Amino acid sequence: MDFLFTEEQEMIRQAARDYAERELIKDVLERDEKAEMPTAHIKNLTELGFFGMMVSPEWGGGGMDSLSYVLAMEELSKIDAATSVALSVHNSLVCYGIEKYGNDAQKEKYLRLLATGERIGAFLLSEPEAGSDATSQRTIGEDKGDHYLVNGTKNWITSANLGSVYLVTVQTHPEKKHHGINVLIVDKDTPGITLAPHEDKMGMRSSDTHSVMFSDVKVPRENRIGDDGFGFKFAMKALEAGRIGIAAQAVGIAAGAMERAIQYSKERKAFGKLISEHQAIAFKLADMAVKVEAARNLVYKAAWLKDNGHPFSLASAMAKQFAADSAMEITTEAVQVLGGYGYVKEYHVERLMREAKLTQIYEGTSEIQKIVISRSILK
Amino acid sequence: MKILVCISNVPDTTTKIRFTDNNTAFDATGVQWIINPWDELALTRALELKEASGEAIEKITVINVGPQTTEPTIRKALAIGADDAVRIDAVPEDAYAVASNLSSYLKDNPYDIILCGIDSSDYNGSLVGGMLAEFLDLPSVSSVSKLDIDGGDIKLNREIDGGSEVLSTVVPFVAIVQKGIAFEPRIPSMRGIMMARKKPLNVVPSGGEAALTEFVSYDLPPAKSACKMVDAENVKELVDLLHNEAKAI
Repeated sequence: MDFLFTEEQEMIRQAARDYAERELIKDVLERDEKAEMPTAHIKNLTELGFFGMMVSPEWGGGGMDSLSYVLAMEELSKIDAATSVALSVHNSLVCYGIEKYGNDAQKEKYLRLLATGERIGAFLLSEPEAGSDATSQRTIGEDKGDHYLVNGTKNWITSANLGSVYLVTVQTHPEKKHHGINVLIVDKDTPGITLAPHEDKMGMRSSDTHSVMFSDVKVPRENRIGDDGFGFKFAMKALEAGRIGIAAQAVGIAAGAMERAIQYSKERKAFGKLISEHQAIAFKLADMAVKVEAARNLVYKAAWLKDNGHPFSLASAMAKQFAADSAMEITTEAVQVLGGYGYVKEYHVERLMREAKLTQIYEGTSEIQKIVISRSILK
Repeated sequence: MKILVCISNVPDTTTKIRFTDNNTAFDATGVQWIINPWDELALTRALELKEASGEAIEKITVINVGPQTTEPTIRKALAIGADDAVRIDAVPEDAYAVASNLSSYLKDNPYDIILCGIDSSDYNGSLVGGMLAEFLDLPSVSSVSKLDIDGGDIKLNREIDGGSEVLSTVVPFVAIVQKGIAFEPRIPSMRGIMMARKKPLNVVPSGGEAALTEFVSYDLPPAKSACKMVDAENVKELVDLLHNEAKAI
């Protein structure tokens, strides 16, 4: 076993940290307040090569391992998870999904541009009445021979506006239930696609989130990934990988809040001494450190398994559930350590707390992760 | 035209400094090493000049005097965009040893523009650039806050008391650079990071002279004591404290 990072991994972590500390921090509060998309940051992170970083150089990507990606996600999320979520969806759902299951023509047409970040990807699975229960897809993809005719609505879509390559799950054979689902690569500018206004969210407010409506949208048959009916399996496989990115995001949010709590505790005095010297606070910080470290190790292990070709479904579910739930606890405690200051926006921890909440919900709720975990251990 | 940037490997500027061996050595345990910030800005300016020059600047080399452990820092410079690197295999014991090693290498491997940071953030000696120029018998300009190349014309701004002066020079020369030389260091791209190992890093044996100085011992600055507040009306107490406690008057 080797718990040390390579020189490249360390350099990638540092690059992500530098970008977050120099650039994301500048307008993160304003973007959160105004719910403004991080358009300029996405462009800069694209130029630095973070979008498409794991895609093979054969398709124009960075060819980096999942551990490097996880380190980048963690560092960016310490400051701004609303920006890092676009990176997670792009890399671990869309690029990974097309690279692993797409055919060469699809890779040539789409992956090549996703690999350099020239086009940003979005993953359209959730529906108004199909979140955790992804099998009850109501968006119809009617088989018309040379094309699919898509009608329906997708909800809570990250990068719906910034992105232009959509991976859309549709129901083609309702009688076959989830075996009738397909996944289609859809260009955003295809006629019949409309976006609802930007969602006004509790946290991750700057993240680009919309409902997307499909009305008689024609999608060429060659844009279907895999065989007829492969869509549900595709979505589950992509989410296995996606969870590693979100788990890393949760670790970053937790570590960011912890770092701020530690710093504050060494500056603020109460009852004649620094609050870090009060056991009530010191023990909170110790609990945070243990949880961050444990979550980190679960995430790194899931990434390691993926990089080394081992099954990682259970590991990524455990990593996401523990990291997300820990992030919620740690950020809540960080607000407590900062007290009144923690509750005002200027000190960031309340925002991190709002961001942490979403990691327990998207890409499989904590409860869904427990279903995956329990089914696996009860086999 | 070729540009050389001399880089030092220094502890991250947020490092908590500790000593070991009875305060005779710096304790490097757990220290994160970085490119000396002034050197990194010098490299940034070199990259800007190269990008603006078309073909005129053919390459940027970074050079470091140090043991093998400095190579991650050198590769960071390659990841940021230097074309190749040289490591002179010697322990940088003092400014004389460093400048002597650099000049020994550069006598056989000349460069048109040699950039050095004004000082290194660890020992703040501010000596290497000037010594190197003397050893190589080259013109040098210190405290350079701006460096421009317009065709064959080199223009440098040098900070002086109350203002700045503009100088021109011809290659080859040494510029000792400081604040203003570039806006902020670059973040290496993923491609740059992956390319860094593929770029040449030539290790050459030490050809310089031994250090002229040695460290006897280190001391940390005394810890700041707590601030004592005196009421603005109470001048008598203030005078009393300054006289009897601080012994300042």
